[in-house]
Amino acid sequence: MARSIQFREALREAMSEEMRRDESVFLMGEEVAQYNGAYKVSQGMLAEFGPRRIIDTPITELGFAGVGVGAAQNGLRPIVEFMTWNFAALALDQILNTASKMLAMSGGQISCPIVFRGPNGSAGQLGAQHSTAFESLYANIPGIKVVSPSNGYDAKGLLKQSIRYEEDPVIFMESEVMYGDKSEVPEEEYYIPLGKADIKKQGRDVTIVSFNKMMKVALGAAEELEKDGISSEVIDLRTIRPLDWMTVLESVKKTNRLVIVEEQWPFASVSSELSYRIQKEGFDYLDAPIRRITAADAPLHYAPNLVTAALPDVPGTVNLVKEVMYLEK
Amino acid sequence: MAEKTQIAKSVANKFSKETYLYWYELMQLIRQFELTAEEKYKMEGKIRGFFHAYVGQEAIAAGCITATRPEDLFITGYRDHGLAIAKGVSVNSCMAELYGKATGNAKGKGGSMHFFGKDVNFYGGHGIVGAQIGVGAGLAFAEQYRSSDNVVLCFFGDGAARQGILHETFNLAMLWKLPVVFICENNNYAMGTSVERTSVVIDIYKLADGYEMPADTVDGMSAEAVHESVTRAVKRAREKGGPTLLEMKTYRYKGHSISDPAKYRSKEELEEYKEKDPIHQILLTILSSGFATDPEIKTINERVAGIVAESVKFAEESPWPDDSEVLKDIYMDKDYPFIVD
Ligand SMILES: Cc1ncc(C[n+]2csc(CCOP(=O)(O)OP(=O)(O)O)c2C)c(N)n1
Ligand SMILES: [Mg+2]
Repeated sequence: MARSIQFREALREAMSEEMRRDESVFLMGEEVAQYNGAYKVSQGMLAEFGPRRIIDTPITELGFAGVGVGAAQNGLRPIVEFMTWNFAALALDQILNTASKMLAMSGGQISCPIVFRGPNGSAGQLGAQHSTAFESLYANIPGIKVVSPSNGYDAKGLLKQSIRYEEDPVIFMESEVMYGDKSEVPEEEYYIPLGKADIKKQGRDVTIVSFNKMMKVALGAAEELEKDGISSEVIDLRTIRPLDWMTVLESVKKTNRLVIVEEQWPFASVSSELSYRIQKEGFDYLDAPIRRITAADAPLHYAPNLVTAALPDVPGTVNLVKEVMYLEK
Repeated sequence: MAEKTQIAKSVANKFSKETYLYWYELMQLIRQFELTAEEKYKMEGKIRGFFHAYVGQEAIAAGCITATRPEDLFITGYRDHGLAIAKGVSVNSCMAELYGKATGNAKGKGGSMHFFGKDVNFYGGHGIVGAQIGVGAGLAFAEQYRSSDNVVLCFFGDGAARQGILHETFNLAMLWKLPVVFICENNNYAMGTSVERTSVVIDIYKLADGYEMPADTVDGMSAEAVHESVTRAVKRAREKGGPTLLEMKTYRYKGHSISDPAKYRSKEELEEYKEKDPIHQILLTILSSGFATDPEIKTINERVAGIVAESVKFAEESPWPDDSEVLKDIYMDKDYPFIVD
């Protein structure tokens, strides 16, 4: 039986189910316990699991990330919540220089099964320091995996997978503006393996690839295009590293056109990597240059019109698709 | 009440009538600005994003201003409206910034958390908790490097006091005797987390001990006490005596931000602090010392209301920034080759 639940509830269920199963899993972060989570993701978890396993930290990102990494190396399976990924910049040293490299440096002796999670990217008019989308930045790091789901169903399955089965550090990126979104989630337990994209909509004429909240733009554009008789295949990457470019390639073999929608800054972004892979492996299948729509090459400003102007939207994506189809806009 | 008036009278002699009236008007201005802006946010949706009010903490801004010179630099976190106004960032430009208008003090690019006024030595408005502690020391480094006698006032919260950067910066500031005064505005909460839940060291001023930095704890609800402690610390810094940590005990009347219902604290606790309201305390002193009459206070209140009302009008009538601003103020280069697909 499926129920309609919020994204935040799906995340909570994932964490709670895994915590019930495995005593070595715990949750740590700012305001996760007594306040029930800055965005109420961990609501009720302190009541169920108690303060030994649901742990409030002071504002000390570098410190508690380090504690999480050490605990993971010594047999526990921590979930470290960052209030947002912007603040995890302070913890980057532990993630990049320790968590991601320990297995390599120790010649395979010391692994680091830890999940770092929290909201990522812009969430309205929050200004430059609270609006960065970090997927491509973290995806650049060998030794870690990066997950960025677009809906509660995927989020639950991917998070359960990350906590229970992934033996390597996982960066799990959510979005403030999706926490209230509802989706159908089955009562029964399920897991979704990392590294598998999901074809959200079948289509003939063009492939549109996206992830996280920009999936709304991709699907919105597909709907608009449908009205003009253009059939888009829409793919949700779900995991950024490892990147499931093969699913994209198979789609491109059919549509011969690719448009990528993402909230990353353009330089060395997810679209840069995907475009490289597809032009290399699928050059003969392409009928038009691969195109992308990204966040503007700038920090996000506060004013409402500057937010709108800086981020990908449906009209911009529709136009781009028409360009790769060499149609009048 | 009688007792309070008595205490107020005994300190009243230390400061002039002008100082008291200045403090009163400045604190009223900050408070009315905040209350009006909050209304524009909640009732009319004209202001968005995170909004952290300074209501309750005004005495810190007031005391710090009278204890410093205009050339001294201020830097703070995202709870920045009060200090910006105190430092002289125009009220019109502050309201316009909240609205996201082109006439804002950061051209509508910063919003509530990122007020700036370089012309009045206000260096922001920082959103990453604790970051300004290091930056503040850096501002002071530059003053020392140039052999000026300007001092930096570097503000941060009790929550920020737990960040690692505080320790690194305290050590450097002492090692190099930087002309900076670290001011911890301890309002007892970092979002929903009370100070005693963040450390076994509850007295934040004691964090200075590890670096042999002079430190003091101050009644942050009293403009007089703030002024006196900051005056001492600033004197030390100007005379090349290095940094000081001042822990100001204060309280925020509102939630952490506009969206926080503040369920983690009791009504009684809030009321207890409102008893010591910094504006009310100063008003009592003014009235009991005969520095102003009720009608004169009314005139000040009306003037303040007028300034705030004018700022709303200014903000509402101001234009939005042009869309082309998206790629402006990113580099100092005028012709930077941005990636545009
Ligand atoms: C590095 C970092 N971590 C977390 C946050 C989220 N956050 C914003 S304000 C705040 C509480 C800070 O409290 P305090 O330092 O006491 O200042 P106050 O809000 O009381 O003025 C938190 C956790 C942030 N902005 N930056
Ligand atoms: Mg505080």
